[in-house]
Amino acid sequence: MTVEFGALGLILLFPLIGVLFNLFLGARLGRRWVNIVGPGVIFIAFALGIWAFAKILSMPAGSELHYKLWDWIEGGSFHVEFGLRIDALSAVMVLIVTGIGAFIHLYSDGYMAHDADYARFFTYMNLFALAMLILVLADNLLMMFVGWEGVGLCSYLLIAFWYSNPEFAYNGRKAFIANRVGDAGFILGMLTIIAVLGHGGVWSLDFGTIHRHLGLFTTTTATVACLLLFLGATGKSAQIPLYVWLPDAMVGPTPVSALIHAATMVTAGVYMVARLNFLYMLAPSAMMVVATIGAVTALFAGTIAIVQSDIKKVLAYSTISQLGYMFLGVGSGAFAAGIFHVMTHAFFKGLLFLCAGSVIHGLGGEQDMTRMGGLRKVMPITFWTMLIATIAISAIPPFSGFFSKDMILAGAYGSGHFGLWIIGVITAGITGFYMFRLLFLTFFGESRVDPERLHHAHESPPVMTIPLIVLAIAAAIGGWVGLPDGFLWGDLFSRFLAPTVGTFTPTVATPGVLLSVIALAISIVGIIIAWVLYIWMPGLPYLIAWRAKALYTLLLQKYYIDQFYNLIVTRPLFFVSNWILHRGVDRFAIDGTVNGTGIALETSGAIARRSETGNIQHYAFIYLLGVIGIVAYYLFLVMR
Amino acid sequence: MGSGILTATIFVPLLGAAFVMIQRDERAVWNSAFIFSLVPLALSFYLFAAFNPHSADYQFVEQYQWIPQFGISYHLGVDGISLLLVLLTTILITLSLLYSGGGDISERPREFCFFMLVLETGLLGTLLSIDVFLFYVFWEVMLIPMYFLIGIWGHGRKVYAAIKFVLFTMVGSLLMLAAIIYLVLQAQHHFGRLSFDLPLLYQVPLTQTQGEWLFAAFALAFAIKVPIFPLHTWLPDAHTEAPTAGSVILAGVMLKMGTYGFLRFAIPLFPAVALEAVPVFLALAIVGIIYGALVAMVQPDLKRLVAYSSVSHLGFVILGIFALDPAGVEGAIYQMLNHGISTGALFLLVGMLYMRRHTREISEFGGLWKSVPIYAGVFMVVMLSSVGLPGLNGFVGEFLILLGTYLHSWLAAVFAVTGVILGALYLLWTYERVMFGPITHAVNETIADLSGREIAVMVPLIALMLFMGLYPKPLIDRMAPSVEKMLVPIRVAELQRDQQHHSSALARLFDLDNQSSLSRGLLRGRAGEGVPEASSGVREVLNDRVLDERAGERLAIQKMAAK
Repeated sequence: MTVEFGALGLILLFPLIGVLFNLFLGARLGRRWVNIVGPGVIFIAFALGIWAFAKILSMPAGSELHYKLWDWIEGGSFHVEFGLRIDALSAVMVLIVTGIGAFIHLYSDGYMAHDADYARFFTYMNLFALAMLILVLADNLLMMFVGWEGVGLCSYLLIAFWYSNPEFAYNGRKAFIANRVGDAGFILGMLTIIAVLGHGGVWSLDFGTIHRHLGLFTTTTATVACLLLFLGATGKSAQIPLYVWLPDAMVGPTPVSALIHAATMVTAGVYMVARLNFLYMLAPSAMMVVATIGAVTALFAGTIAIVQSDIKKVLAYSTISQLGYMFLGVGSGAFAAGIFHVMTHAFFKGLLFLCAGSVIHGLGGEQDMTRMGGLRKVMPITFWTMLIATIAISAIPPFSGFFSKDMILAGAYGSGHFGLWIIGVITAGITGFYMFRLLFLTFFGESRVDPERLHHAHESPPVMTIPLIVLAIAAAIGGWVGLPDGFLWGDLFSRFLAPTVGTFTPTVATPGVLLSVIALAISIVGIIIAWVLYIWMPGLPYLIAWRAKALYTLLLQKYYIDQFYNLIVTRPLFFVSNWILHRGVDRFAIDGTVNGTGIALETSGAIARRSETGNIQHYAFIYLLGVIGIVAYYLFLVMR
Repeated sequence: MGSGILTATIFVPLLGAAFVMIQRDERAVWNSAFIFSLVPLALSFYLFAAFNPHSADYQFVEQYQWIPQFGISYHLGVDGISLLLVLLTTILITLSLLYSGGGDISERPREFCFFMLVLETGLLGTLLSIDVFLFYVFWEVMLIPMYFLIGIWGHGRKVYAAIKFVLFTMVGSLLMLAAIIYLVLQAQHHFGRLSFDLPLLYQVPLTQTQGEWLFAAFALAFAIKVPIFPLHTWLPDAHTEAPTAGSVILAGVMLKMGTYGFLRFAIPLFPAVALEAVPVFLALAIVGIIYGALVAMVQPDLKRLVAYSSVSHLGFVILGIFALDPAGVEGAIYQMLNHGISTGALFLLVGMLYMRRHTREISEFGGLWKSVPIYAGVFMVVMLSSVGLPGLNGFVGEFLILLGTYLHSWLAAVFAVTGVILGALYLLWTYERVMFGPITHAVNETIADLSGREIAVMVPLIALMLFMGLYPKPLIDRMAPSVEKMLVPIRVAELQRDQQHHSSALARLFDLDNQSSLSRGLLRGRAGEGVPEASSGVREVLNDRVLDERAGERLAIQKMAAK
């Protein structure tokens, strides 16, 4: 059932009002207004999102709400409109974006309380919410791309928010460029789809239309399209090979890291794959690539997270790793599981960042965990909420992360990717280890805080701790909507999404509970190791780092990938542009030829120099006379 | 239907030029020039509103005998291809005058306004002429004021730049003139009378060799104007040394005369040759896109950087044109407008900075956001438009061009899409060096933010960027019929070529007196008149043929059988 639902436009309208308000009036009306309007519009959008969600629930399964804003691009026979849609999948995403977004906006009121540029901050944040909502509400791929690049823009602006620091500005640009590389793939993917459909006389990028005309795709064309689009996803969702921007993105204000670089934007790639699940199902080899990249990224980023000492860097690599899980899920065909993890991850990772922000805020900007410790007493609310989030991400039941990660690993195993399942399980152990390492280093043991900072250390104000508590509740119980089938109410989440993303059917018999137990056991082992190393024998990590110096340095230097890209891409590009193209071709070869001709002419023209008066008007006049003369000559010739 | 509105649009600026010359007071000069530029602006808005979007023909036509002995007539008209460029011209001239009156031009303002208004007449006349002779006259007329604008009000090596500009253009123009004359003589040979009327010249039958030579002459003239790599080196010099308004018009409008020339003359006059030349132009376009972007990236001078970015952007336009697909050509026209608006705005912004600091070296700036936030914000939007961010104007053109290109050759699209990455690379890097970071030169701390006048110049441009990015329909609707009409000879040429190569079922189908009616259907399909099914039939046949010849044939046979 498809219903026109005008309120969909309103969901976009309110963040837009926020953008305009903060941009033009924010600085003039002052902080009080911005602090109300900035988060307020997102809360209203949240309420509207709940309304739409309730409407979807009240309608028969598989229903959709539509709202066409206006016709957008037409070119040749191709046509695409600004159309919005809400189905089960986008309803979930809208709730995540607006719900978590609203509380993070609220938190920002406190976090940005001492920043003079609050109006600009909330302008960007509202703009981000607008772009993200366009992304998830889009009814066609091209409009999704509007949101897709829009969130990238906001990410760029917010990473470089404190623009006076050249490193921050550089990191912002790095994020945008890495995303653009992916987006080039995304564009080619869209073009492939248009060409394939257009070949069959269908000129559209509507999700519904693509779905209806799947018959026009061959396995090859579907694979090409899916892989190109997935290249876009590796940029946006920070997967190998384009993940390099995300760790550096952490220089932005921490609410930005929580909202954009953990909870919402970076999951856009997963959403895109889930949205186009029918297309990906046509391309098994593309699915295999997605799952493999996901699993490998999960492990790869997880290992880097082990040795980082910047609290936000650990969380950043952890995010890359968790996003890898999500791609492992959707790549295995367990689309609902991937989206489920998007949701639970948004809860606990958003919360982790907010907690980290609370710590950083409380310590006056300190981000180095080697200079923390013992903060349990000073920041009790931050500690307890962060503990919940850490347990959730470490996949300990009954906290939310357990259920979603379990569903993904079951999907990987069930689709026959035994090797990827093992990688996933190992990564679960690594996750437990580095997350509890973070917790222990920050809140337990002796205080290593700079005494000056410790003196001022304080728990954050309620405007910041309330969002922490709300998200902590969500991180704790949010997974209960997706219990294993047959247990209490079972897997509500997958059943709700099934009309949109299909149902996962394992191709390999799974040993059920045993799988969960193995993964859980490995996670617990990781946590125990963390406890041994950072509580029981706190000197041991240094010994290990010293003994395994090569490995330690390799991890600390993030496998030297940044240096590698710099060496094989960035430097050659500049060298070629400057020395070969600009100085060689442009100045020397082309201009040299032209000017050489000119000099030759000038020399031979020296004889005729006497006719030159140096007066521009004379030249122009003589020239015109000449033109007229030539024309006249030919014309009279013709008249004969 | 000689309503005289086109004549008025073209010649009111000339009238204004005469009027400003008799003004004494400097203020009065600026004011009268501005007001006179508002008239063609209003008229072109009227043209836009009153334009019938369902017709592919020339509208508001005026035709009078001029020199009947030579078949030269005063023949004006506007169609979907020229309409939007006319609008772009009048908008940019008005904004340039508004901007220049704010202190950018302090010497000899009267002459400056005079040349600007004469230039407007030349540009509009070039766009609106249907008679080739008339076109050529205006083509030359626009050259001269620009020469003086660069030579008198320019910076640095302004005379070198001005002469280089004129010489490059002149070489092409003379070749074109020769080609025009030859073509007219051929027309006389076939039709028994002299005529410079373009629609008639379209009909002149030419041998392969004749066509090749004539196409080469036209194409060279236009390629220099665009400019297409490797004929571009006049452009960085001319742009850099020109005064701000000169750069705006040069980049915003004059370069488009080259691409417009391809659409109006080189391709429809010689469709069969153009078709053969496609690989060459696609390759040059791609080289231009990538080369222009890379060279732009390493420029230390802001204005030179923007100039090289034009090479890259115009590469996209050429790419779209020579995709010879409706989407590609529509995208190309759209991109001409985009480039006019975005690059025009960039030149204005660079000019504003130059006025304050008297330097354009990127290394002289840094951290400007702190001292001039409004300027920085406006620059950001303009930059994003130039980068092709979806939601702003640049994306629509780029996407349609890439679509048309992909349908023609996916490989070309793959190469061209790198331009999307590189465009972001050099612009963001520039922005970062100018706006972000700490303030390294103390003098930058105190420079003034945008004045009211400057904001008034930028706001219409930003509004256009948003409007064209979000709602391109009214513009594309108006250009579509003319674009399809322009492409009909190409389709026919394609069919003829295929016919020669192998007498396929498809080609045979078109032998059966279908050709003309199908072409008509092709024309009308979009307007919903005539025989839309035949139209879509042909569309599918034609597009299919590009991808898969045999499937296309099957489809064509089915369609025909169904009728």
